Amino acid sequence: MNRTANSSARPLLRSFPTEYLGLTLALSALVGVFSLITDHFFSVTTFRTIANQIPSAVLVATAMTYLLVIAEIDLSVGSVLGFCSAVLGVAMTQWHWPLPLAVIGTIAAGLLCGAFNGLVSVHWRLPSFIVTLGMLEMARGAAHAVTRSQTQYIGSSVEAIAGTSICGLSLPFLLAMVIVVAAQLVLTRTVFGRYLVAIGTNAEAVRLSGIDPRPIKLAVFLLTGLLVALAAIIDTSRFQSANPNAGTGFELQAIAAAVIGGTSLMGGRGSVVPTLFGVLITAVLNTGLAAVGARDETKRLITGLVIIAAVILDQYRHRLGAKWKNS
Amino acid sequence: MNSGTPLLAIDRLCKAYAGPVLDGIAFDLLAGEVHALVGENGAGKSTLSKIVAGLVQPDEGTMTLRGQPYAPHNKNGAERQGVRMVMQELNLIGNLTVAESVLLGNLPHRWGWIDWRELRDRARGIFERVGLTDIDPGCFVKSLGVGRQQLVEIAAVLARPCDVLILDEPTAALTAPEIERLFVEIAKLKAAGTAILYISHRMEEIQRISDRISVLRDGRLIATRPAAELSLDEIVRMMVGRELGEAIHRESVTAGPVALRVEGLRRGDAVRDVSFETRRGEILGFAGLMGSGRTETMRALFGADRADGGEIFLCDEEKPVRIRSPRDAVRRGIALLTENRKEEGLLLPLPIRANITFLCLGQLSRAGGWIRAATELAEATRWGNALSVRCHSYEQRVDELSGGNQQKVMIAKWLFRNCDVLIFDEPTRGIDVGAKFEIYQLLADLAAQGKAVIVVSSDLKELMALCDRIAVMSAGRVAATFRRGEWTQDKIMTAALSGYLNQ
Repeated sequence: MNRTANSSARPLLRSFPTEYLGLTLALSALVGVFSLITDHFFSVTTFRTIANQIPSAVLVATAMTYLLVIAEIDLSVGSVLGFCSAVLGVAMTQWHWPLPLAVIGTIAAGLLCGAFNGLVSVHWRLPSFIVTLGMLEMARGAAHAVTRSQTQYIGSSVEAIAGTSICGLSLPFLLAMVIVVAAQLVLTRTVFGRYLVAIGTNAEAVRLSGIDPRPIKLAVFLLTGLLVALAAIIDTSRFQSANPNAGTGFELQAIAAAVIGGTSLMGGRGSVVPTLFGVLITAVLNTGLAAVGARDETKRLITGLVIIAAVILDQYRHRLGAKWKNS
Repeated sequence: MNSGTPLLAIDRLCKAYAGPVLDGIAFDLLAGEVHALVGENGAGKSTLSKIVAGLVQPDEGTMTLRGQPYAPHNKNGAERQGVRMVMQELNLIGNLTVAESVLLGNLPHRWGWIDWRELRDRARGIFERVGLTDIDPGCFVKSLGVGRQQLVEIAAVLARPCDVLILDEPTAALTAPEIERLFVEIAKLKAAGTAILYISHRMEEIQRISDRISVLRDGRLIATRPAAELSLDEIVRMMVGRELGEAIHRESVTAGPVALRVEGLRRGDAVRDVSFETRRGEILGFAGLMGSGRTETMRALFGADRADGGEIFLCDEEKPVRIRSPRDAVRRGIALLTENRKEEGLLLPLPIRANITFLCLGQLSRAGGWIRAATELAEATRWGNALSVRCHSYEQRVDELSGGNQQKVMIAKWLFRNCDVLIFDEPTRGIDVGAKFEIYQLLADLAAQGKAVIVVSSDLKELMALCDRIAVMSAGRVAATFRRGEWTQDKIMTAALSGYLNQ
């Protein structure tokens, strides 16, 4: 019944249809339903609006996916986004830094927050849930302190980033897509990615294999800081202003997107492209419901239900997949 | 005991997961008998017992209990009809007190408030039945050792009335006196008419207590015979389907140069002052009682736990090496295969391929860390085949493999890393007879290739068959070291006890 197995390399894209079929179907169904119900939904304008909205969410959700894969979490992404945005705004309006320097400063702020989260939770072996919960408050406080709780109007000098478009697609959108693809490939095809999955599966086994998980975890927290800073720059540029309350609730949106994409909160299982689908599904849902004329409370109610439904479906998909494999 | 209508009859039972696990099993259990179920790991013993206990549903076949059709949907359903099982894996909840976890589901209460005094008294009564008089019912489950936890679990199951009792490897973590007490309890149940299905790898136990023995192999029932008619050789032959050479094929080797020398290693109370050396081409065994500090010594040496003191020398080097983490140890060519494969060794939900190649991904990748997928699979296949890991494909999840095959995956992983000093902690725990001999042969081959092999084992016969030298630990020290030919079982046991005498 069992013999040693044959060795054949996996074709590169063989997993694509089965892996993403469900998510593609769900997304198409949503788009289809909203297109049928409303006249205006199915249009270039709608899709361009969505494409302009999602880049920052995509970057943050990508970072969150990496964290969930190694069985960590970062609740502070929204606040850190607010703080980074504040740094960018203040640097430009009050310190009169040139844009490139301000951008570097913003990234430094993001990396600083990521380093704090990573170092504290790795060194003292604290759950990252707790450490980043602390950072959630600290970064928001810092954002208000830096801006004195006032929205910083920057004006057109930051518009260059979000305003640049290549082949009709905005720079942030292209950046987000490039990062999603890169992150997906790194996760599935590189040694680093393999270590991430292994750490999320069994960190002690990794340690006893002679591979220190701590620097790897720290790297993921730093990466999160970087991506959140990029998201902050994108959003600040889009609104041409830095609001100290920017990014409120982002952490939950990012977790929801990852979970809709089938990432496990227990670690060891997750993927970036499905997370992108998660972001798209929530974005389409939001825009579509707005087009239908749904009120904010209805939107939140339905979004919540969709998250839960997605997780239930994902579980069924796994059981079905296991059955398929065995039959 | 072989008379009377069967209490439980099983007919043409089939179950398949990835492949067939049980194939047309038909057997019966009589009231008041101990029926032993033996077979290699993966033969289907656990699946069969889980079906009887209601944890797994069969694909085909029927079961009859007391003449009535019996098809439990879950554990509760089985228990309601008087079928209970003591699991191989512990079912206790670590954060509860012992009393609570034993009586969970049946907690004495008054208006919803737990009646602590009643709870303690009842728990104490339950423990006394199995001779656990020294356990405080108020202590937490996790504060007990694995052996005690197993006893508590057994006590909890015995406390409730049942007609059919399934014991899956109940003695794996028990000491000799605890086993004796368990056997007394089993005799009592037997006298009361309970049918007992007893699963174990330990042949001595099976021959001692069972009335009938059923042998499973590859999901089929090979034979059911009265225990008195079967010799150990016959049982083993039926289990593996082939004759086993009694001795391990071990060529007499002249040990090479020193590979590892440890001096004065200390860590806490467990490792007090350990010094030894091991040579290339040699298998060094570590014997000792539970708690004598063998595992702790190996963990400290490997850097898994930080040592308090002591020096480690590699090869003939004058200067000691610093090993502060497993990373340092692996870089120096030291490998530790831990006793808990599942918790500390393997990445269970990941494929065999990823487990085997995990330590050597650097070799398998291009610049920038991009893994060459085809090369990776080829290497995993090469090492898996070299160790004859039995699987459908190297993309199969490791947790779908039997214990013996999981161990082989572990060994493949470290061999691929090409370590010179290989430390095996209980390499054959939970592995069936056939796979055990494969592992022994493998260890002997490794030594013949010039590796230094260290084996920690609680099975003295295993060490005596396998090793060139045996170091006996007692109370955190190496009490004695014997060469092949010098040792006897008595000498080793005397040395193992020596550290505990003058305290």
